[in-house]
Amino acid sequence: MPKKPKKIRVLLAKPGLDGHDRGIKVIAAAFRDAGMEVIYTGLRQTPEMIVDAAVQEDVDAVGISILSGAHMTLFPAILDEMKRRGADEILLFGGGIIPDEDIEELEKMGVARLFTPGAPTDDVINYLRKAVEAKKSDEEVM
Amino acid sequence: MYDKEHIEELNARLKDWDVEAEKQRAHKSLPRFFTVSGVDIDELYTPAAIDGGDDKEYYWTNIGLPGHFPYTRGVHHTMYRGRLWTMRQFAGMGTPAQTHDRFVYILKQGGTGLSTAFDLPTLMGYDSDHSRSLGEVGKCGVAVDTMADMEIIFDKIDLAKVSTSMTINSPASMLLAMYLAVAEKQGVPFDQVRGTLQNDILKEYIAQKEYIFPPRPSVRLITDMMDYCTKHVPQYNTISISGYHIREAGATAVQELAFTLADGFQYIESAIEDGQDVDDFAPRLSYFFNAHSDFFEEIAKYRAARRIFAKRMRDKYGAKNPKSWLLRFHTQTAGCSLTAQQPENNIVRVALQALSGVLGGTQSLHTNSMDETLALPSEKAVTIALRTQQVIAYETGVANTVDPLGGSWFVEALTDKMEAEAEKIFAEIDERGGVFECIEQGYFQREIARSAYAYQREIEKKERIIVGVNDFVIENEKIDIPILKIDYESERSQAEFCKKIKAERDNAKVQAALEKLRVAASGTENTFPAILDCARAYASVGEMCDVLRDVWGEWNESKSAMQVS
Amino acid sequence: MTLLERFELGDIRALSRLISHIENRDTDFQKLLGRLYRRAGRSIRIGVTGPPGAGKSTLVNSLARLCLDDSQSVGIIAVDPTSPFTGGALLGDRVRMGDFPTDGSVFFRSMATRGASGGLASATDNVAILYDAFGFDITLIETVGVGQVELDIIDTCDIVVVVIVPESGDAVQMLKAGLMEIADVYCMNKADRPGAERLVADLRNTLQTQAMVRASATSEGKLSAHHHTLAGSEDSDATVPIIQTEAVNNKNIDTLHKAIFDHLKKIRESGFFEQDRRRRLRKKILSILSNRFQAEFVNGLASEDELDRAIDQIASGQSNPYDISAQLFEHFLNRN
Repeated sequence: MPKKPKKIRVLLAKPGLDGHDRGIKVIAAAFRDAGMEVIYTGLRQTPEMIVDAAVQEDVDAVGISILSGAHMTLFPAILDEMKRRGADEILLFGGGIIPDEDIEELEKMGVARLFTPGAPTDDVINYLRKAVEAKKSDEEVM
Repeated sequence: MYDKEHIEELNARLKDWDVEAEKQRAHKSLPRFFTVSGVDIDELYTPAAIDGGDDKEYYWTNIGLPGHFPYTRGVHHTMYRGRLWTMRQFAGMGTPAQTHDRFVYILKQGGTGLSTAFDLPTLMGYDSDHSRSLGEVGKCGVAVDTMADMEIIFDKIDLAKVSTSMTINSPASMLLAMYLAVAEKQGVPFDQVRGTLQNDILKEYIAQKEYIFPPRPSVRLITDMMDYCTKHVPQYNTISISGYHIREAGATAVQELAFTLADGFQYIESAIEDGQDVDDFAPRLSYFFNAHSDFFEEIAKYRAARRIFAKRMRDKYGAKNPKSWLLRFHTQTAGCSLTAQQPENNIVRVALQALSGVLGGTQSLHTNSMDETLALPSEKAVTIALRTQQVIAYETGVANTVDPLGGSWFVEALTDKMEAEAEKIFAEIDERGGVFECIEQGYFQREIARSAYAYQREIEKKERIIVGVNDFVIENEKIDIPILKIDYESERSQAEFCKKIKAERDNAKVQAALEKLRVAASGTENTFPAILDCARAYASVGEMCDVLRDVWGEWNESKSAMQVS
Repeated sequence: MTLLERFELGDIRALSRLISHIENRDTDFQKLLGRLYRRAGRSIRIGVTGPPGAGKSTLVNSLARLCLDDSQSVGIIAVDPTSPFTGGALLGDRVRMGDFPTDGSVFFRSMATRGASGGLASATDNVAILYDAFGFDITLIETVGVGQVELDIIDTCDIVVVVIVPESGDAVQMLKAGLMEIADVYCMNKADRPGAERLVADLRNTLQTQAMVRASATSEGKLSAHHHTLAGSEDSDATVPIIQTEAVNNKNIDTLHKAIFDHLKKIRESGFFEQDRRRRLRKKILSILSNRFQAEFVNGLASEDELDRAIDQIASGQSNPYDISAQLFEHFLNRN
């Protein structure tokens, strides 16, 4: 039997206090329609909650939406928490109103990819598929 | 309005005309013409397109005269000839001291209206020294923790002479209480205090999601405040019922119209249930709508809103004072319509949207800055936005006559359509058990998410063209917009100031006041006097909200709210 | 270290990785479960089912909190539907979670049905075994809740809570829907709403009538004792408890919690608990066998070509699906 491509599991979360969830809900629906399993955690997630959820759900990637301008605080906090929990092989990507120079700095820190307003959902889907496929795992089960 | 024979003849001639037009239609490449909201638009509108237009009473029941029931043409007789709309530009500033400086500047320039935006921690009821506030203090608005911050903001500003609007919802009672406490300290009697609160919590559950407590106790907080203000602060507009955020979250024009009016009716019903007289509070209700890009649809939306509201207030809620029938509204151009690509194009979008607000009869208007999808707006962009309004007001001549589009067959037919579609949504809300039930079931949230997703898919499939985004694109575009840098130092100093006040105030007094609030919230007495005492004692927004969180619990969106289809 | 070794040391990440292996039916996943099985058997499984919008997520989370208060660790499985068209799923049960401790005392996994139709995913039972082996005292399982009766829950859980709301209809409708048969405890949520009192009274009446009918039928040997009603039970008060709650306002969840654990005590004392677990094991073995049979043999019953030819014969009127199937089966038996 030909092996089916692995089902992509992705966690979408909104950290911080901002409640504008239009973008993240559109992305959630687009990912679902692209055949992915989308775990949506809802609003106001702390970095601890996000990483805890990502670990428990064993997702391939975590997507974050920030529109409040707190991205330089929140993305690094999530990266740190991922390292602390030994979950830094999970891909962290995001979207929001983020100036170019901040994008550069965040990507240097380890955020895999940042999308800005107007990015077509197809671009995000294609990016995610490729990035997940490129991930390698050498873990042994038993 | 039109004579039956005339309509019959028109219909007969339209048949022949249609045969001729058919020859030209063959060239058409677009399969469907529809508004931003997906409402289908006919090729041609004539008197025959107006449903019931052959009824003699149609004009009087549906259109009427400006300043007369049902106010379709406007709430005042003379509209902008008497006074232009208020050009109100809402802006946020970091610290209380910076906000104070800006207010002093505005007042020196002859302004009398002050507009306050708060930062997210304040909006969500967290103090600046709370761990959840990290990275968000003083962004998107000013941080107010205790009355001490309010004293800095309004230092030496005579609160009897200014009108202050505060864009705040969940903790609105706390902020108004702090404002009143400052007025009291200045010796200004409460009945001279003027201003407006947004204080529309229902749209938070539906769209903007800045909620703290569950819906029912939250609305009680509002009716308590309405009651207190009717008796003691009669010049304060306690609530501005907002569709803006509903639209921004992805709703269609019809959904914006219907959901917003439904919210308003819910507040009215809750206040009536609370034992208040509709004519005591209704004249101080106002609305806040979005101006999106579909020009005529927006105009029809405003006209329909006035008509629906007037009819319901008079006929359903039994309001006798004509002032209770008036739907007055503020308009803001659609932030969600702005593009990060070719941002200068946004100036044009904003101008057209603002024009629709004016032609729709708005009482006040905020025009967005072109760079808002990139970062916080720069000064230059803010100035262009204001100049846009001034060009409309002084150069275009659209303010010379009242409701210039009234009587346009298209606009009247679309206004009727908006009303009919909104009525269908009201029926659906009733069917589902009312506004609270719909929020709890996630009905509004789900419908909005669906509309937002459908809109996005239309853009991606190019069924809808957004200039610079999915057509007329500049490859490798270089954005030439200055970006405002954010200052992180003010966050630290604000958190320290908050700690300092908490250490220096009379904490026994604070505890006693908070306890009084707990008792009021647990029972049925009006919560506002207790909140006022907390504010006077320098209790913080976070401390007051914590008491209420403890009594009422915290709200979280239901799962059903997120299902898109 | 292998995942299994890390799992045995209590590594949460290893647990969650192994769940994925089981969900994805990766090679040797049954061998893995076999290795872990000896560690399982202690966890109590509580299933929560009911119509959409009944408040299941909120109830599950409130119940989890009460278990945590009793120093019990909790594993939660929440199931949402997979779209049959795209294969994708939007899993939203975490939205209601709120602030759970992140110290490992509670573990939450969202699962998509991936084609299963009984209200759970086909891997749910296996994942629950994994939870059990990991050491969670309580396993809470929430079904999809799309409206139809979701029967998988009774073959997966020790105790089934059926959540209803005043809008669920009347007791007769629930009887028809089969909800009466599967509940160990009823939770009448949103009990502050109009219609709740009436529905509870209505339901109570129907349940009593049903219990009487069943008792007499059982004594006459006409009807075998159903699922959770112990055969030959002397307990005349065997009707299902109905607990009225307001999950959103956190009202009466403690009563529901108590009713669940009272029921647990009762079925443990009566021996039904063990009896039901044996019934489920029997089903489990048959289910593994039938899956294996399906995988190894059924696909070999007929090749695509043979099927195409058979369909041609039916289409041209020379045969019919029944005769064709009989022939193919005969052919298969001869071949083996």
